Formats: sequence, structure tokens, C-alpha cells
Amino acid sequence: MKFLFKGGRVIDPKNKRDERCDLLVDRGKIAQLGKNISSNGAQVIDAEGGWVVPGLIDMHVHFRQPGREDKETILSGSRAAVKGGFTSVLPMANTEPVVDNRGAVEFLLAEAKRVNLVNVFPVAAVTKALQGEELSEIGELADAGCVALSDDGKPIHNAKLMRHALEYASMFGLPIIAHEQDPTLFEGGVMHEGYTSAVLGLRGIPSVCESIMVARDIELVKFVGGKLHIAHVSHARSIELIREAKRHGLPITCETAPHYFSLTDQSVSRFDANFKMNPPLRSEEDVEAIKKALKDGTIDCIATDHAPHTEQEKDVEFDGAPFGIIGLESSLGLCLSLVHAGVLTPTELVTRMSLAPATLLGLPKGTLSVGADADITVIDPDAPWTVRSEEFESKSKNSPFVGWTLKGRAKLTMVGGRLVMRDGKITKSE
Amino acid sequence: MTQWTRKDLLALEELSEKEIRLVLETAYSFKEISARPIKKVPTLRGKTVVNLFFEPSTRTRVSFELAAKRLSADAMNIAVQDSSLSKGETLKDMARNIEAMKVDILVMRHPSPGSCHLLARSLKIAVVNAGDGSHEHPTQGLLDLMTIQEKKGKLEGLKVSIIGDILHSRVARSNLWGLVKLGAQVTLCGPKTLLPVACERLNARTTCDLEEAIEGADVLNILRVQLERQHGCLFPSIREYAQKFCVTPERLRKAKKDLLILHPGPMNRGVEIAPEVADGPHSVILDQVTHGIAVRMAVLFLVSQANSIRKERHEVSV
Repeated sequence: MKFLFKGGRVIDPKNKRDERCDLLVDRGKIAQLGKNISSNGAQVIDAEGGWVVPGLIDMHVHFRQPGREDKETILSGSRAAVKGGFTSVLPMANTEPVVDNRGAVEFLLAEAKRVNLVNVFPVAAVTKALQGEELSEIGELADAGCVALSDDGKPIHNAKLMRHALEYASMFGLPIIAHEQDPTLFEGGVMHEGYTSAVLGLRGIPSVCESIMVARDIELVKFVGGKLHIAHVSHARSIELIREAKRHGLPITCETAPHYFSLTDQSVSRFDANFKMNPPLRSEEDVEAIKKALKDGTIDCIATDHAPHTEQEKDVEFDGAPFGIIGLESSLGLCLSLVHAGVLTPTELVTRMSLAPATLLGLPKGTLSVGADADITVIDPDAPWTVRSEEFESKSKNSPFVGWTLKGRAKLTMVGGRLVMRDGKITKSE
Repeated sequence: MTQWTRKDLLALEELSEKEIRLVLETAYSFKEISARPIKKVPTLRGKTVVNLFFEPSTRTRVSFELAAKRLSADAMNIAVQDSSLSKGETLKDMARNIEAMKVDILVMRHPSPGSCHLLARSLKIAVVNAGDGSHEHPTQGLLDLMTIQEKKGKLEGLKVSIIGDILHSRVARSNLWGLVKLGAQVTLCGPKTLLPVACERLNARTTCDLEEAIEGADVLNILRVQLERQHGCLFPSIREYAQKFCVTPERLRKAKKDLLILHPGPMNRGVEIAPEVADGPHSVILDQVTHGIAVRMAVLFLVSQANSIRKERHEVSV
């Protein structure tokens, strides 16, 4: 099957391409780029006015399967992903049971193959059952096909264990994705510690509980090496530390999530648990630092931390609700607002959402080079649309952005040369 | 004249100065009822008030119950040992069941900040906050305002120091909003570990020095040290707390002669307040308790009236 994308603005940061041209897909691969390619039997896709970019990659999602299929499944999560323009996702290991053994990785891969919508790259647990006590069988997990290790949701408190995890994982070239949070400073907190928490009487999570662990892990990497990727950075001081570490050439990367540059702790003021996530929404100053770091590349990529929860779990007392919000279907719209506001160029946006995660994970993705897998997203950068709860493909609706009008969204998603989403409809052709 | 239009009373933070004054005026008009030989008026006859308490309380619960009964409402109390979530029923479901029994006003105390907001959003009946975690305790704030105003004749320009565990105190928050809106100058005083981090943005002076808080103050509102909320590392011991922060006669030597001492109760005598101070000439602690009933009568009356008007309007429009 051949597809010809006609007349779009092709943005491919890896090849420093940003120009209007046609793109031909043949047998699942990028076959040709250039002006006025003749269709020659290919299905023609009119990309006029749109951006043709390498498929978006979300390196931080929670698909809840196995264990909490009432919140999300590989199927519903994959549908949400392709609707949001994503062609590859990395589900975290904190399912029930935990992805800490070969069988669990194989289950994920088999289920993803059956669903056959989006590329699923499993993240396995650093420690057995996320207990933070003993290393998982990392070698076998690598053989089974995991691409990174993380105890996401449970920070690794034990510095000695973290040291050995970095050392051991480096034998297999796997990055450790760290949820940076000091559990003692965090204890019992439910929102950012600041003016709003003081007013609301909610227990605060101090910003330093993130940066202190970032500092520790930078020191560990300096000492033993290994690849460290810092998940969902929320705090300005963490960014300063990472910027400094990068300047010294340390192998450290990081991500942030769209809510950390779109909202502040002030929005918790109505006690709506759809604004409760971990790390928490922070201050105006943190938001500005995050935008600046996205611009200068200190923050390598944007990931959603898509964390589905049922309505009955979220619609309770604020301090009793679980942390987390869904993000796959609103991410691109929110990220495009950075482009519209002049914070990022289109090339920088595509780098943060596709090329950078592919590069830091060592995945053969994130580019439109001839011969590469035809993972392609077509973005309509200007179309206004409203986020509506009933339109989510995700099984869960826990988004703080419901009712927001965003500018720009994914128009088409192609995975491995198969058209999986077009104009909001999941198509899945062969 | 301002009219009360709110379905609920959730927090003093969201009330205007005029609304607060309206509650206080209404409370003054109800105060006299409790001084009569027959302490009952038919104002809320046929209405039902449920006091749903998820935390132990004597004073507030009894005060709400008496307020309801003196207005001829039927009052009943539900004491829940632990939060219903542990039994598998959500707070919302529990409250909806109470609403379905055609109750008119739900008075709730709950350990979670914002829990009354959650119910107010999902119920048609009136919700009155009787204390939601460390957030607010609006009727306590109102009765403190009433007590100060009655004794001093005004609130504008008064210097009020709130002393103790500001971080965990719903009383401090409700007092702060009420006092600031009515023109008083507030000082928050306590150990550094018990002052919220962004304290300086709360329209109040903050200090860790008790002498400074006492000097020049017209009113001291001394908070109860809540031992259950200290989580082990906020201050070393009750002994040291008392040494540094107990309001004693010696510490009051430099205080204004007409100083008022308030305490929301229950008191830890000898910890945050010396017995001689609690029982001394400055103390208006028992007046606070008396005013508590008047303020709660006013609140029950105002929300009930607003809801009747709302219902009538709805019927007319249907």
C-alpha cells in the first residue's frame, strides 16, 4: 500500500527539513520526499495547510492493564494515543501485577500486537514489585524487550540501590527514568506547598522534595555513570540543576508534562481533584522556568504522564483522591499553544515531542528519513477545538482541560505505513 | 440592605464584607432568644437539620443542635467514627442519601479540606461547614467577630493577634478572612514550623515572637495546640511549647489594659493558655460560646430563607 502526502509542510528536525513538499510512503517505510511527486497508484492524502511530522512519541503513559482495566486498557489507551497524534508510547510498569518479569513484558507486547494501533515500548520496574528493595531481573527484562526502567510513582529512596541500579542498567544500555521525590519531605502532601495550600489548608508538597532528589541523582551519575532520565520535571530549581549537569556533559535527560506549563497551583482552589497530580501543579515562576527550559533544550521532551482514574475515585474529598490526569488527547493542543505564543518554533516542538524521546531512548523513530518506519502525524496547527469529556477515547475522563478551547490538533496518524486515525476517527486500515 | 442569596455557608474567604456584617446583625437579633425563659421561636418549624460529624466535637455539635432547636427545626446528629470511604460508601453517596430523606440543611464537620465544597456542588440542599480539616470553620470565625465587635464596639482598626498552630488551624483561617475583610489588622504568631510557608502573602503580619504579638494588641485569639496534627517533628515537646508560647499573666504585663482574650476551645490549660489568663478579667471565652448559638441560628436562618426563595422562584419559572 502506498500513500502520497501532498502539499504539506514537512518538518523533520533530524534532517533539518522544514519545507513544503510531498512525501511518499511505500510498504510501511518513508520512500521519497520532494516537490511534485506523482501519485502513481498511491492513495493521495491532501496535507495542504498541515504539518507533516515524524509520529509523536509519548514516553510516559499509564495504561493500567493488567489490573485496572476499568481505568484504561492497552486498547483504549492506544485509541487515545493515536487520536492525540501519537505513534509510539511507553507504558509505565506500575500495573497490577507490576511489570518486573519477562512474562509481564511479553504480555504487554502481545496485547499491543493484538490491538495493533500504536507502537508500544514497555518500561519495566527497576525494583521487584516497585518495593525499592531488590533490583528486578534487569538483564532478562532487557532481553524481553523493555526499553527503559522505572519505578515511576514510587521514588527510589535508597541511594545505594539507586547507585547500583544506574550501574547495573548501564550494562544493557537502559536508561533509568526517575520519579524524583524525597518521601520524607513529601509525606502526606496533596498539592504544591505555597500560598494556595496555605489558604486551603491542604497539606503541601514542597518544591524542594523534587530538587533535592534531582541533586542526589546527578551526584550519583557523576560518580558511577549510567543513563538517567528525569520524569515530569515541575520545579525551577530542578531545571537549574539539570542545566548545570548537562553543561558538564553528564548523560542526563528530562521531560515535563503539558500541565506543568499550562496550569499553576492556583487552579486547585475549587478542590477539584482533576487538578491533583504528582508532582503537583506549581508556581508561576516554575511555569516560566519550564517554558524557558523547553526553549533552550534543558528539558529534552514533553511526555503526558497520562494517568487515567475513574470518576468515582476522583470525585471525592481532595485529599482522598488519587494523583494523576489523562493527557494523550489534549497534549498536542496544549503544546501547540507554546508555538502560537512564540515560545517554541515548530521544529522545536517536533523535536520535543518526537525526535528527542526517540534519540534518548535509542529508538529508530522520530524522523522522516527515507527508509525509516512510516510513523507520521499530520497536524492542523490552527484548527480551534474544544476539549470535551464525552469525546475522549480514553476510558477515563479525569482531565483538568475539559471545556478548554485549544488551537490545533492531530488530523491524521499513520503507524508503520497504516492509516490509524483520520479527522478524529480511528480507522486502522491495512 | 444586603440580602443573603447563598445556598450554603462554606468559607469566610468567599464572603463579602457586607455578607459578613449581615450574618452578624442577624446574630445580634437572635441573641436575645437564648436569654428568654422560653428559648424557642417558630422560625424554622418543619425544617430538618442534620449534623453530620466525622470528627469528635462537643461544643460545635451541641451549639448547632441548640441553634436549630431554638428555631424549632428538627435536629439530628450523625457521628461517623471514621470516614465512610473505608466502608466503601463515598461521602457524596452518603450525603445524597441524607438529601433523599428530605432534609433541609446539612451541617458537616469532616477532616478533609474542601469536603463541604464537594457536597455543596452535588446537593440541592444547604450545606453548612462546621469545620473542614485545616481549611475553615466559618461559624467559629463569625462568633469570634461577633464577640470582639460586641466588646469593642467595632472591628475596624483593631489589632488582633492569632497565636499558635496557624498551619493546621481552620479557626485561624476563618478569623483571618473575617477580620481582614472587616478592617482589623491581623498578626499571626507561632513557632516557625507552624506558620504556613507563604504566610507573608496572607494580608497579615507574622512573627515567631510572642511578646511582639502581645504588645499593642487589642485582642489575642489563642489557638488550641492540636497534638494529633503535629506529625512528630514540628516542635520538640509540650513542655517547650508552653515555655515559649503559653500566654501567661507575666507575659501580659506589657499588654493593653482592655485586652480581650479569646480561645476557640477546648483549652489545654497550662499549654497554650495559663489558667489565670483563661479565667481572668480579659477572658471572653464563655461569651464566645454563648455567641456561637446566636451565630449558628443566624446562619441556619439565612441559608434556609435563601433556599426557600430559590425554590419559590424555581416554581414560578416552571
